[in-house]
Amino acid sequence: MNRLHLLLCQLLVAVVIVGLWQLFSTVPIFGRMILPPFFFSNPVDVGAQIVAWFVAGTIWKHLAITLWESILAFVIGSLGGVLFGFWFARQPRIAAIFDPYVKMANALPRVVLAPIFTLWLGLGIWSKVALGVTLVFFIVFFNVYQGVKEVSGTVLANGRMLGMNERQLMRHVYWPSALSWMFSSLHTSVGFAVVGAVVGEYLGSAAGLGYLIQQAEGVFDVAGVFAGMFVLSAFVILIDIGVTLVERRLLVWRPDAAGSRI
Amino acid sequence: MQAGTAATPWAVELDDATVAFHLADARVYTAVEQANLAVKDGEFVAIVGPTGCGKSTLLNIAAGLLRPAGGAVRIFGQPLTGLNRDAGYLFQAEALFPWKTAIENIAIGLEIAGVRQADARQRAEGWLASVGLGAFGNRYPHMLSGGQRKRIGLAQVLIRNPKILLMDEPFGPLDAQTRQIMGNLLLELWSADRKAVLFVTHDLEEAIALADRVVIMSAGPQARIIGDWRVPLARPRDIFEIRLEKEFHALHREIWSVLKDEVMKGYVQSSQVAGAAP
Repeated sequence: MNRLHLLLCQLLVAVVIVGLWQLFSTVPIFGRMILPPFFFSNPVDVGAQIVAWFVAGTIWKHLAITLWESILAFVIGSLGGVLFGFWFARQPRIAAIFDPYVKMANALPRVVLAPIFTLWLGLGIWSKVALGVTLVFFIVFFNVYQGVKEVSGTVLANGRMLGMNERQLMRHVYWPSALSWMFSSLHTSVGFAVVGAVVGEYLGSAAGLGYLIQQAEGVFDVAGVFAGMFVLSAFVILIDIGVTLVERRLLVWRPDAAGSRI
Repeated sequence: MQAGTAATPWAVELDDATVAFHLADARVYTAVEQANLAVKDGEFVAIVGPTGCGKSTLLNIAAGLLRPAGGAVRIFGQPLTGLNRDAGYLFQAEALFPWKTAIENIAIGLEIAGVRQADARQRAEGWLASVGLGAFGNRYPHMLSGGQRKRIGLAQVLIRNPKILLMDEPFGPLDAQTRQIMGNLLLELWSADRKAVLFVTHDLEEAIALADRVVIMSAGPQARIIGDWRVPLARPRDIFEIRLEKEFHALHREIWSVLKDEVMKGYVQSSQVAGAAP
């Protein structure tokens, strides 16, 4: 299957779903609507809502805020994850002491933290960033921890025999290895940064995509909810494409990530 | 044999070196027992033994990667504490840094020693050409074949100009032809400034073709050194040709008569006690 063919098939799926949605929500079948418009709206209305947002320009402010929250959550969470991942992997005793607490904290559903963050950090962006950080941190933490732990013994011994001291081993062996593990989880952690931001907005805020969806829901504007969801999906896909580009550049040395390049 | 500390002819000396590992069930597994081995400066010594006899262990002791449970290790007359800074080590397994290109892999040994990056790269280019991979500097290890990776590994070790070269079945994973080509390359590079070499292999032919001396180890556990032969073949050698010579065959037959029994012992043991060796 070549690229064009694949793209056509993918488009076909969208067309069929949207077509059925439009059909069942506007044309009565055997005298009743299969998808009542009040609950399901219809694609034309949803599209009109999206266009209206972009024409009026109000959507940009919300997008920018969600993007900014996601970036902050990703950066802070990743930094923390890398630092602690490294520290724990190099100090097995520390890792052993904190192990049950790390597991407990990671097992906690983050949504329950949202009210606490709102109390502590207010309704502004920082409570959303904090929520995203708690999600991103653990993904990066576990991956960096694994990456440092799983450095090949031979490569490490080679570094030592070539004369590397601890600091140089860190820079030339542990760091690149940990980084490659971190990047392999990049798609997941970026996705979770967005989830943290949007969920935080949804639970209480004055701006952002989550706020937009929540507002629409508050007035039973189903078209608005769907429109918000579609904009959010498109937003996440764009970010994901960006991540893929970064990954291709940074992980050229990896056989699987390099993919088609030889 | 008591060597003077000042002008000792011995690059590596193992005196009654014993290696033991603690197993999970509190037993002690003695891999190598009281090995005595001395390598002169500039001498090429091959260690041959059956699989799992502790040849690599012996090498790791000489490298300082492993502490012997008993006995002494001296490098140029000095007792070895910590890592052996005079040695370059070519590993059997993949040891290149996968995130560095070929040229970066070669230059790293100089860069961490404080050589300016531009100078290190320039000298690395020279070594890249010496191992016949001049055009492959920008490839990452996964883009190279097994033989090419070994060449890069060789250059990576030699660029630091170590006085002692430790090689742990370096060409083991390669196919027969590539091994011979690598053997010739090694001899060519070695003959430029004869370093002391300790070369571990399970291939007797390879050992005779390359080395000045062939040392045979018994089957483990408690492996010992049970034989030491001088190889009377002239240098420079071409290891494609040398295998056809009469002296080669005579020596091979002689050593093999001793080695054969150990290989059989080793085979029986390894098929009986699965998982005993670490």
